Amino acid sequence: MKPFTRLDGLVAPLDRANVDTDAIIPKQFLKSIKRSGFGPNLFDEWRYLDVGEPGKSNHDRPLNPEFVLNQPRYQGASVLLARENFGCGSSREHAPWALEDYGFRAIIAPSFADIFYNNCFKNGLLPIVLDAAIVDKLFKQCEANEGYALTVDLDKQTVTTPTGEAIPFEVDAGRKYRLLNGLDDIGPTLLHSDKIKAYEERRKAEAPWLFA
Amino acid sequence: MPGRTLYDKLWDAHVVHVEPDGTTLLYIDRHLVHEVTSPQAFEGLKLAGRKPWRTSSAVAVPDHNVPTTDRSQGIADPVSRLQVETLDANCAEFGITEFKMNDIRQGIVHVIGPEEGLTLPGMTVVCGDSHTSTHGAFGALAHAIGTSEFEHELATQCLVQKKSKAMRIRVEGELGKGVTAKDVALAIIGEIGTAGGTGYAVEFAGSAIRGLSMEGRMTLCNMAIEAGARAGMVAVDEKTVEYFRGRPYAPKGELFDQAAAYWKTLVSDADARFDAEVVLDAARIKPQVTWGTSPEMVVTVDGKVPNPADAPSEVKRHDWERALAYMGLAAGTPIEQIAIDKVFIGSCTNSRIEDLREAAAVVKGKHKAANVKLAMVVPGSGLVKQQAEQEGLDKVFLEAGFEWREPGCSMCLAMNADRLEPGERCASTSNRNFEGRQGAGGRTHLVSPAMAAAAGIAGHFVDVRNF
Repeated sequence: MKPFTRLDGLVAPLDRANVDTDAIIPKQFLKSIKRSGFGPNLFDEWRYLDVGEPGKSNHDRPLNPEFVLNQPRYQGASVLLARENFGCGSSREHAPWALEDYGFRAIIAPSFADIFYNNCFKNGLLPIVLDAAIVDKLFKQCEANEGYALTVDLDKQTVTTPTGEAIPFEVDAGRKYRLLNGLDDIGPTLLHSDKIKAYEERRKAEAPWLFA
Repeated sequence: MPGRTLYDKLWDAHVVHVEPDGTTLLYIDRHLVHEVTSPQAFEGLKLAGRKPWRTSSAVAVPDHNVPTTDRSQGIADPVSRLQVETLDANCAEFGITEFKMNDIRQGIVHVIGPEEGLTLPGMTVVCGDSHTSTHGAFGALAHAIGTSEFEHELATQCLVQKKSKAMRIRVEGELGKGVTAKDVALAIIGEIGTAGGTGYAVEFAGSAIRGLSMEGRMTLCNMAIEAGARAGMVAVDEKTVEYFRGRPYAPKGELFDQAAAYWKTLVSDADARFDAEVVLDAARIKPQVTWGTSPEMVVTVDGKVPNPADAPSEVKRHDWERALAYMGLAAGTPIEQIAIDKVFIGSCTNSRIEDLREAAAVVKGKHKAANVKLAMVVPGSGLVKQQAEQEGLDKVFLEAGFEWREPGCSMCLAMNADRLEPGERCASTSNRNFEGRQGAGGRTHLVSPAMAAAAGIAGHFVDVRNF
C-alpha cells in the first residue's frame, strides 16, 4: 500500500449527497478479478454518455460535458470534495480502488458510510470528515477559484486552504500510523498468533459446535 | 455490573486482543464467500505466501454472476464465467467447501447461510457483501467486509474492529394485514434516513419484531445496511432455536441442546443501555413504495410523489429534483397511478419461501397486465425453488404470466444477463433503488413481494390491502 503523508492537491467538487458505490463503480466492472485498472470507469454512468462495458476501450466514448470531472479546470485533481454519506451502499472495495486508480488520494465530506470509510484506509486513500458548514465553505471557495488546491497533512491532521487557514481533522491513531507507513493489517495481527490460538482453545471448550 | 446489550454479548464473546485505543481483534466463526469480492483476496494471500488460518470456517457459493435461465450450457458471458471459474479454482486450491452453480444447495449467499445452518446464533459472520447484516436475524454478529478485510480474515481468522455504538429500534404492536417485514424496513429507513444507522450496530426489538417469522427478521436485518448500519440483529427466541433443528450444518443431538442453552442467553438484558433508541408504532405502518433513487425516498402506497419545494434542506431539495428527473416522475403524482414495465421478485431481501408464498397468493388465478413486459420470480436458492415447486407455486406464477427462474442475485444488481433497459420502470423486491442499480438508466421502485406481485397484475402500483 502507498503511504500517505502530505498532499498538495487540486480539488474537484462533487456536489451530491448520498453518492453510492454503485455510482462510483458500476456493477459490470466488478467482474474483473484484478485490483487495478478501475480508474477509467470511475463514476462511469455520470462521466460518459453511453453505457460502459468491461473490456471496451474508453478513449472513444462520448464524455458528458456536464459532469464535474470532465471539466478542464478539474483535470489532475487528487482531492475530492463531497457531500454527506459518501460511499453508501455496497461494500465493494472496487470503489476505493477506482478512486485511487483515477488519481484521488483524499476525500473530504461531512460524513462517510462505514464500510467505504474503512475500505479507504486499506488502499492509501484518506477519507477526511469535516463539519458540514466547513465543507460547504470549501465548496464555495473551490467553485469560485480556478486551480483551487488544498494541502492535506496527515501527520499534523490538518487541511490547509490557499489562504493559509489550517482546519484540523480527527483520525484514529492506529489507522493513521498504518497509512503514514503504508502498512497492511495482516503482519501486525499475526504477531498476536498465540492469542488467537489461545482464544480458539478456550472457545472450543465453551462452544464445541463452532468447530465441528 | 450493568446490563449488557445483545451486541455487547456477541462482541465480548469474540474479543481476542484489545489495543490501548480500543482497536480490537475480533475472532470470526463463519466466513461466507462469493465470486465477486474474493478473487483479489485469494490472489493477495498467494502473492504474500500466506496460508489461510482455518479454511473449515469458510463456505463459498457463486451467486452474483450466475444465469437464472437454462444453465446446462454454463455462463455465456466470458467475463462472468471467468469470475465463477476463478472462485471454483480458489476453493479447490485452498480446500474450501463450495456449492457450485449446479448444486441444489446453490443460491444467494445470504439465503443459503441460514438455510444450511452455516449461520448460527452467537456466531460472528463475515462476507464480502454489504447485505451480510441479514444473518443478524439469528442473534449473530454479522458484518460486511471489503476485500482487504477478507484477505486479513483468511490469513488471521480475525477482523480489526472498533466497537460501534448500540441503537435499538423497537416496533411495538401488531402489523396490519398486507403489511410485511419489507414495509417495516422501508418505514424505518424513511424515518431515520439512509445514514441514520451509520456508526451503530442496530438491534430490532419490540412485539412486532418478535411476531415476525425468521424469514421476516432476515428481510429486516438485510435492510439495516440501507439505514447505514453495518450490523443489524434480533434477539434469540424459541423461533430462532427451532429454525436450526435438523439443518445440515447445525449441531445435532446433545450438542444441539448445549448450543440452544447458550443461544437463549443471546438477548439484551432488561437494564442494558443503548446509545440511541427509536420507537415505531406497528399499527401505523402501511405498505411502502420508494419513489426516488435512495431507499429513504419512500412514501406509503396511498401517498403521492413529494414536491422538492417541501424538502427539509437545500441539499435534499437538490437531491429530490435530481431523483425525480432520473425517475421520470412529476411531483404530486399519486403512487397508484405510476405504471410499471417489469416486476422483479427475488434478491437476498425477499426470495425466501415465505416471500414466494406471499407473492403467489396475490397472483393466483389472475394474469399479468398487458403493459408489463416481464415479471420474473427468482428463488433465493435451489432448495427454496424445490420447496416452492413442491407447493405448486411455480405453476401459480407461470399461469399468471410470470417467469420462474433459477436461483441467484439476478436483477437486484444486474451483474448477470437480467437487467432493466434505460427508462424501464420496475416494481422490485430488492434493496437498492440507486441510479443504474438494475441496469443503466433503469428506474427501480422498492416494494414488498405482495406489492410487486399486485403491481404486476394491475400494471401499476396498487394497495395490496384492497387488492
